[in-house]
Amino acid sequence: MSLSPDEVKSIAFLARLSIQEENIEQYSQDLSNIFGLVEQMNAANVDQIEPMAHPQDAMQRLRDDVVTEENQREKLMSNAPLTEAGLFLVPKVLD
Amino acid sequence: MEWETVIGLEIHAQLSTNSKLFSGSSTEYGQEPNTQANIVDLAMPGVLPVLNTEAVRMAAMFGLAIGAPIGRGNVFARKNYFYPDLPQGYQISQFDKPIVELGHMDITLENGETKRIGVTRAHLEQDAGKSLHEDFAGMTGIDLNRSGTPLLEIVSEPDMSSAKEAVAYMKKIHELVQYLGINDGNLAEGSFRCDANVSVRPKGQKELGTRAELKNINSFKFVERAINIEIERQIDIIEDGGAVVQETRLYDPDKNETRSMRSKEEANDYRYFPCPDLLPIEITDEFLTAVKAILPELPAAKFERFMNEYDLSDYDAGVLTASRETADYFESVAKACGEPKLTANWVTGELSSHLNNDSLEITDSPVNAEMLTGLIKRIADKTISGKIAKEVFQALWAGEGSKDESAADKVIESKGLKQITDSGAIEALIDEIMANNEGQVEQYRSGKEKVFGFFVGQVMKASQGKANPAQVNELLKKKLS
Repeated sequence: MSLSPDEVKSIAFLARLSIQEENIEQYSQDLSNIFGLVEQMNAANVDQIEPMAHPQDAMQRLRDDVVTEENQREKLMSNAPLTEAGLFLVPKVLD
Repeated sequence: MEWETVIGLEIHAQLSTNSKLFSGSSTEYGQEPNTQANIVDLAMPGVLPVLNTEAVRMAAMFGLAIGAPIGRGNVFARKNYFYPDLPQGYQISQFDKPIVELGHMDITLENGETKRIGVTRAHLEQDAGKSLHEDFAGMTGIDLNRSGTPLLEIVSEPDMSSAKEAVAYMKKIHELVQYLGINDGNLAEGSFRCDANVSVRPKGQKELGTRAELKNINSFKFVERAINIEIERQIDIIEDGGAVVQETRLYDPDKNETRSMRSKEEANDYRYFPCPDLLPIEITDEFLTAVKAILPELPAAKFERFMNEYDLSDYDAGVLTASRETADYFESVAKACGEPKLTANWVTGELSSHLNNDSLEITDSPVNAEMLTGLIKRIADKTISGKIAKEVFQALWAGEGSKDESAADKVIESKGLKQITDSGAIEALIDEIMANNEGQVEQYRSGKEKVFGFFVGQVMKASQGKANPAQVNELLKKKLS
């Protein structure tokens, strides 16, 4: 399986990565090589094995429904680039 | 050409937990922005989600209530997309292994028939924060208080074929989640939201038409309007030789139109994969047994029981079981006064219309269940007539009497409304009226029986409505003959 330059572009867009046009060919090859590596696993026979959702063979621990957190807005906002009226400010988004 | 509509709904119901799905932050609505968002809700590097038991329990309750299997090893997955009100860059949701599998919900159609709507699945996921686009020159404000609030996304099969059916289904789900106590039912505050997938096809065609998804409609009225306007739009496009585009559309209630939000070209590719931060959720037999034990009586069962136990019409049983609060109110009055039919009439009649007029919920009714019990007891033992009872009810509504069962007695006493059943007193009234209306007495005796009604009216008027009507009739007949 290989990854085309167009697929590389689309993956970069979805991940919001800015990549240079001249590097796309190289990325395409590198990523295809990784696929090659992963594909080796297809040789393993897993007919009798139930797919796992997690590599650890364990179940999720649950917590009680209790509010344990206090307001830490000042502290948590201290490293935000821009805030106003208790809100984080980001470049305008409209949907 | 004749057209057929196909509708499926996705309902997002916020679960009424105290804390968030994966953090110990409060979920309380309406607090100062960003005061309920901790490092997990803000997705600071290195934080890990810890799952809330209560959210799992509530989702399981819903599953049992719609007759669905509960996913014994259900799994959280990451749904990847970028938006500023989603700091993680992905939403923790469920994909191929949801907690609630295929179930169903029965709705009643306008012609009285029952239609079964499939509920494909319901899964747990995090809510996002809120973006505020106004008020900040060229910037968007982000409030993450809602970030991480538990949601149950309830996905229906495309089983509905009109806007009315879609609303009926939405109302049923709305009623159910409130019965279960897992959602506060507040559409205005966004705790119960709905997306509708709508498509049309020529009648008889098997394949589905291309669908549009109508986003975030926040009232029953708007759901109906939005779907109807979208159906018209799609039919117009096809009849003009065009093709419907698969896209997300927003309903604008002011203009009563839907408009495109994102086109298919930019459609998101969510790249779901199992969330490596969370292990599968084990639903044990013990857990399910405990959930079954706390499951309240469901609306459909209550409806049947009200018809059988209290001998109510299906209309009355339907109105009285529309909310758990109304059902509880009715039942407490009916049991205390032993007059279920009379209670049903008062709750669906006088009480409902007063609540509507003052835009009040039954839980905020100035006339509580004990007060109505006291009033109905006095109608039943004939202390007052139904007509006088309305006057007493009005006084109770206005705050007279007290907040307990003796309230009606106090109003009857202080206003002197007790029914006159003393035949001597009624006869005295009749004698006086006959003496003052000799002409009418003559008319009646010469065969003009219609005048009888005149006498009844006069006696009731003279007694200020307090004379027992049956007695008045009987005594009048005797005296006039």
